[in-house]
Amino acid sequence: MKQGTGLGVYAVIYLVFLYAPILILPVFALNDSQVVAFPLKGFTTRWFGEMWADANLRSALLRSLVIAFSTATIATILGLFAARASVRYRFPGKPAAMGLIMLPMVLPDIVVAMALLIVLLSLSVPLSMLTIIMGHVLLCMPFAVAILTSAFQSLDRSLEEAALDLGESRAATFRLIILPLVMPGIIASFLICFTISIDEFVLANFLGSGKPVLSVYIFGQFRFPAKVPSMLALGTLLVLFSIILLGIAEYFRRRGVAKAGGKDSGGFL
Amino acid sequence: MAQTPSSEARAGLKLISPPALYAILMLAAPLATVLVYSVLTGERGRVSLPLTLENYYDLVTRPVYSALMFRSLTVSFFVTLATVLLAYPIAYFVSFHVAPSRKALWLFLITIPFWTSYIIRVALWRTILGYDGIFDSVVMGLGITDTQPNILSNGVLSIIITLAHAYAPFAVLPIFVSLEKVDRSLLEAGQDLGESRLMTFLRVTLPLSLPGVVAAVLIVFIPTVGDYVTPELIGGGKTPMIANLMEVAMLKQRDQALGSAIAVAAMTIVALISVFFVLWNKRYLGGRK
Repeated sequence: MKQGTGLGVYAVIYLVFLYAPILILPVFALNDSQVVAFPLKGFTTRWFGEMWADANLRSALLRSLVIAFSTATIATILGLFAARASVRYRFPGKPAAMGLIMLPMVLPDIVVAMALLIVLLSLSVPLSMLTIIMGHVLLCMPFAVAILTSAFQSLDRSLEEAALDLGESRAATFRLIILPLVMPGIIASFLICFTISIDEFVLANFLGSGKPVLSVYIFGQFRFPAKVPSMLALGTLLVLFSIILLGIAEYFRRRGVAKAGGKDSGGFL
Repeated sequence: MAQTPSSEARAGLKLISPPALYAILMLAAPLATVLVYSVLTGERGRVSLPLTLENYYDLVTRPVYSALMFRSLTVSFFVTLATVLLAYPIAYFVSFHVAPSRKALWLFLITIPFWTSYIIRVALWRTILGYDGIFDSVVMGLGITDTQPNILSNGVLSIIITLAHAYAPFAVLPIFVSLEKVDRSLLEAGQDLGESRLMTFLRVTLPLSLPGVVAAVLIVFIPTVGDYVTPELIGGGKTPMIANLMEVAMLKQRDQALGSAIAVAAMTIVALISVFFVLWNKRYLGGRK
């Protein structure tokens, strides 16, 4: 395949373009200058220290972690129901129900945020971390469903039938046979939803109260040039954290596929 | 354990009801509310009867709305064009030239940047493209130009670059999936029958992969029209798009009726464009297995 080399070179250039901002991030987070530009001035870790000394940032981070953990749990549980129903059963209204559940994947975030905000305000529901979680679950559910659907699809139905034939109840079959087999998918879904929720800005901004979550806090800080280096330090840590979580998620997703004897078609989406 | 169709349907409905109810309560009902609000009169955080088309009349008659809608559509058009054109060769490369055992790794590498903080990425593009930023210092350091290009001063261009970067994986994945489905024996057949590689690609591979291209176009085009963060951070709010206008109407003017009307109008225009686009490509979609 000679003609593959030209494409291969293009593929590498493309990856460099994709990774350019992420690679630049640690360079300037460790650069001893307030101005984010070449030439580099020298090595420093003071931006990391400045970042960690910021109490507002720490409380924003805590809020984000609570929201992300709740979101990931709820979205994965709801995703389990939807994925199981869509893979295993035929029922009336299935395309409409699945379409509605997957809709937030293509709708602009601002429209989802606005619609939810209007309803919350008209019902006089006070904005809080809870309202952010409500919105984030909606946003994460399609991703959970997509990951869990492929986990359920690679499940061999005869295993389930065997357990039922051998006298297990439906609930026990689900707990003893199905759940362990889709567990890698569940973990992958949880981690992906967690990552989405931590990063999400628009809904967190619209549906949150005055106390900012991490993404909203970062957004605000970028208005002050003096704060940019310490935000880059924070960004470096966030990117590292995301990559580790995604690496774990990918590991479990692949193990799930291998466990069920399926062929790896790759990719989260 | 043969299930009768009705008991299967019941079990399925029971399972789907928690997530479906959640989506109805949290998405369908709010969207319906937006639709209703858009024909009410809004002021200072409240809406009231009677039904009116005043909001839509405002949208049509005041040039700022059509100007910003046009800008949003233009930005989305170029972002979609760039992402899909740049993504196709990558999807083709991974599907046809990467060993099957390493395809998952390539897709993983392509999707990682998408999962890292969007705010941070957008802000980084600002420092890359800005006056005396990284791009300027590299270009001037190489002696290509004496004056700072300062791409950031061109709001629309920098928004397009940033969004094209952000949505790249969204375009690669659907195209990749449709290329994976292309029956390789068809390609051999084409070449055995004397077609060149290029002609085989143009007459077999490309048409067969068009469903993926159409999906990629929609999945990039629809959300980018409503992007809010990028114009806010990149243009410093000086190059607003339609989503920023929604935010101003909703949160600053506190006119929920007007905000709703902007959202409904924008989504209707986007939906119409999407439907036309799908119909235009209809002969390539579905049908052939």
